[in-house]
Amino acid sequence: MGEVILTMDSIDKTFPGVHALDHVNFELRRGEVHALMGENGAGKSTLMKVLTGIYTKDSGTITFEGKEVEYHNTREAQDAGIVIVHQELNMVGDLTVAQNIFIGREFRKGIMIDDRKMIRESKKLFDELHIDIDPRARMSDLTVGKQQMCEIAKAISHKAKIIIFDEPSAALTEKEIEDLFTIIRGLRAQNLGIIYISHRMDEIKVITDRVTVMRDGTYVGTLITNDCTKEDIINMMVGRVIYEEPKTHSMVPDDAPVVLKVEHLNAGKMVQDVSFELRKGEILGFSGLMGAGRTETARALFGADPRQSGDIYINGRKVTINSPEDAVKNGIGYLSEDRKRFGIVVQKTITENSTLSTLKEYMAGLFINKKAEKTVTEQYIRELDTKTPGADQLVVNLSGGNQQKVVIAKWLVRNCDILIFDEPTRGIDVGAKNEIYKLMNRLAAEGKSIIMISSEMTEILRMSDRIIVMCEGKKTGEIPIEQATQEAIMDKATRDIG
Amino acid sequence: MAKKKTIFSQEVIVAFVLIALYLIFRTISSDFGKYTTFLSMMDISYYYVLMAIGVAFPLITGGVDLSIGTGMICYALAGGFLIRNYNCPTGLAILVSIMFGVVIGLFNGVLISVLGLPPFLATLCNCMITRGLGSVVTGSFAVPWPTAKQANGWFHAIFKITTADKTKIPLGLVWIFLLMLLMQFILAHTRFGRYTIAIGSNKEAAVLSGINVKFYHVMVYMVSGLFAGLASIAYAAVIKTVQPGTGAGMELDAIGGAIVGGVSASGGYGTIYGTVIGAYVIIFLKQGLPYIGFNANMQQIITGLVLIGAVCIDIIKRKVIV
Repeated sequence: MGEVILTMDSIDKTFPGVHALDHVNFELRRGEVHALMGENGAGKSTLMKVLTGIYTKDSGTITFEGKEVEYHNTREAQDAGIVIVHQELNMVGDLTVAQNIFIGREFRKGIMIDDRKMIRESKKLFDELHIDIDPRARMSDLTVGKQQMCEIAKAISHKAKIIIFDEPSAALTEKEIEDLFTIIRGLRAQNLGIIYISHRMDEIKVITDRVTVMRDGTYVGTLITNDCTKEDIINMMVGRVIYEEPKTHSMVPDDAPVVLKVEHLNAGKMVQDVSFELRKGEILGFSGLMGAGRTETARALFGADPRQSGDIYINGRKVTINSPEDAVKNGIGYLSEDRKRFGIVVQKTITENSTLSTLKEYMAGLFINKKAEKTVTEQYIRELDTKTPGADQLVVNLSGGNQQKVVIAKWLVRNCDILIFDEPTRGIDVGAKNEIYKLMNRLAAEGKSIIMISSEMTEILRMSDRIIVMCEGKKTGEIPIEQATQEAIMDKATRDIG
Repeated sequence: MAKKKTIFSQEVIVAFVLIALYLIFRTISSDFGKYTTFLSMMDISYYYVLMAIGVAFPLITGGVDLSIGTGMICYALAGGFLIRNYNCPTGLAILVSIMFGVVIGLFNGVLISVLGLPPFLATLCNCMITRGLGSVVTGSFAVPWPTAKQANGWFHAIFKITTADKTKIPLGLVWIFLLMLLMQFILAHTRFGRYTIAIGSNKEAAVLSGINVKFYHVMVYMVSGLFAGLASIAYAAVIKTVQPGTGAGMELDAIGGAIVGGVSASGGYGTIYGTVIGAYVIIFLKQGLPYIGFNANMQQIITGLVLIGAVCIDIIKRKVIV
């Protein structure tokens, strides 16, 4: 670690009704990876937005390279060398990779944009980072993981002195995370200051030098990563101990009936001859690397994508599922990995979201029976312990974990017995994660059957009763939880397919 | 992930449709093939195509400009009024007309980009305002521009010249072609064009990339206004006497042309050459269908159906890619 490059001293910021930052301190040195941790709503993102000029602070000072600074927009911060890799991907889908990387500061020849040079420079950048992406590809054609890599490449290309990673690994697979860490170590070696925001405890231990913890908009403390334990950090974050132990044995009774049977499912390149069974009360984990075809399998099963062949049996009866509507009729609910795009209508209330797919049942003649709607919503708010002032709250105002609960409520209202959770805790903080886990366990205990797609190894090992591993569109392994280890799963997930 | 979309892009399909329409109309109607028909069709095409080129920019940002039709009439009225009542030199009047368009475009842009009005609403208001304004300026009287034979009617020669052997040549086509190349270049190879696409594709990302989105968003509507201003000159050259209170609905033909030519109705994609081809498809339908026995009502219905087809292609295209 080198000398101090950035000091944020006593930063204060109030939004109407919320004291978002209460005299927060933060310090970053050259050549260090500094983790910024805290539950959602702790103020990490707000602090970073103050730093990069998206928000204006009410009071406090920011000292960068020995000078007091204040940026008014991201452009100024970028030009000074402070760049943020956003949690939400900020890419222009209709432009190419190279055009995205250099957007806002295109190379030019006269008035013309020099696309060739941009492609060349992008290639160079990707070569440096050992990433294989075609700079001429259209951004929306790339996978989420690749888009994230582009975002990182874009940040690095700014000749940054400080790079802020806001939950960079949320969308990445284990392999991609390793690549990311290699990149970050390289940047650290070049004496850059790196701020790393993440909820993943194991990553913090692997990649960071120091950890600053925030809670409810206040500064809790800073630790040297090597000198503290996972529990220390978590205790600072939530003030309670959380154990993330893997499941040791299946919770499914031996005589539990098979509720869903999928035979020889084929849907494009990403789903090839996939067969599996799901039993009542089971949590079936789907593990694999990015692009293994897990989401595609779920979408084909759910009728969201066309399927070439394959039979689906529910409770032993063969069913036809050609659309999500068919799937829902058959009691299958799908919780998308991308909540904001597919799961919820953020500008609507919890009530409106909860009954969105069952509105027919809440009609009194031509009108919506608001009372019945509200009653059922409040019931699920209680049952799922959704933290909200009331059923009329707009979903956009809820934290990630509570938004996820609204999505779950939507499917429970619909009486779905088979729930597909696609990355259920992506972008959700540790405390809320545990609640989602508890909820999933309770749903399973109540006889719901769950398919859980997850890229997080700890999540797979902690939640699943049985694990199916996929690789390149094929099912490559089925492991009972009793025999499951990280190594066993990774072995199947990377298996060579002849 | 190489895509093979080049050969069957909407622009190519629409170009074939245009050629097919021409051949069909020619085969059925002998009158349609006459040079005079062609000439009058080109006359009418200029202002539609100019409006279409301009409005392609708001459309690519995911917006729209409904004020170009009545705006065009308003600008033509203003210019003509200056010549008629104040003996204003034609060149200056033309400049005023064009600048009037730019100013209304600026007004649209400020309403949309700075004040945050939805484009549909802001430009609808300016559609009404320009319609009223045209009447107010001229006292509700029709305004004739100088004819080609008058000395100050030289601007007619921009669009059509008569050679020594009395052949008329639709010179306007050359300008349309050059403007098409210029605007396509601007869209594809300058920052303004790139950011127009970025605003239509993901405005939030454009803002966070440090682009002065407000500025470029205003510019987009100024371009639309500028082309409505240019269209007003083409209109004056063809229609000769400009009637206040007209123009409403013309913007729809221009917008329709751009959409037929492959500009994405949801923003984020479009080409200017596609827009021009698409606008000509609309004009061919408008002008050609009567020649083969369809009346104006039928022609409207058919144009509407063609538009639906074009939008469907856009939707399917996007689905295939995603």
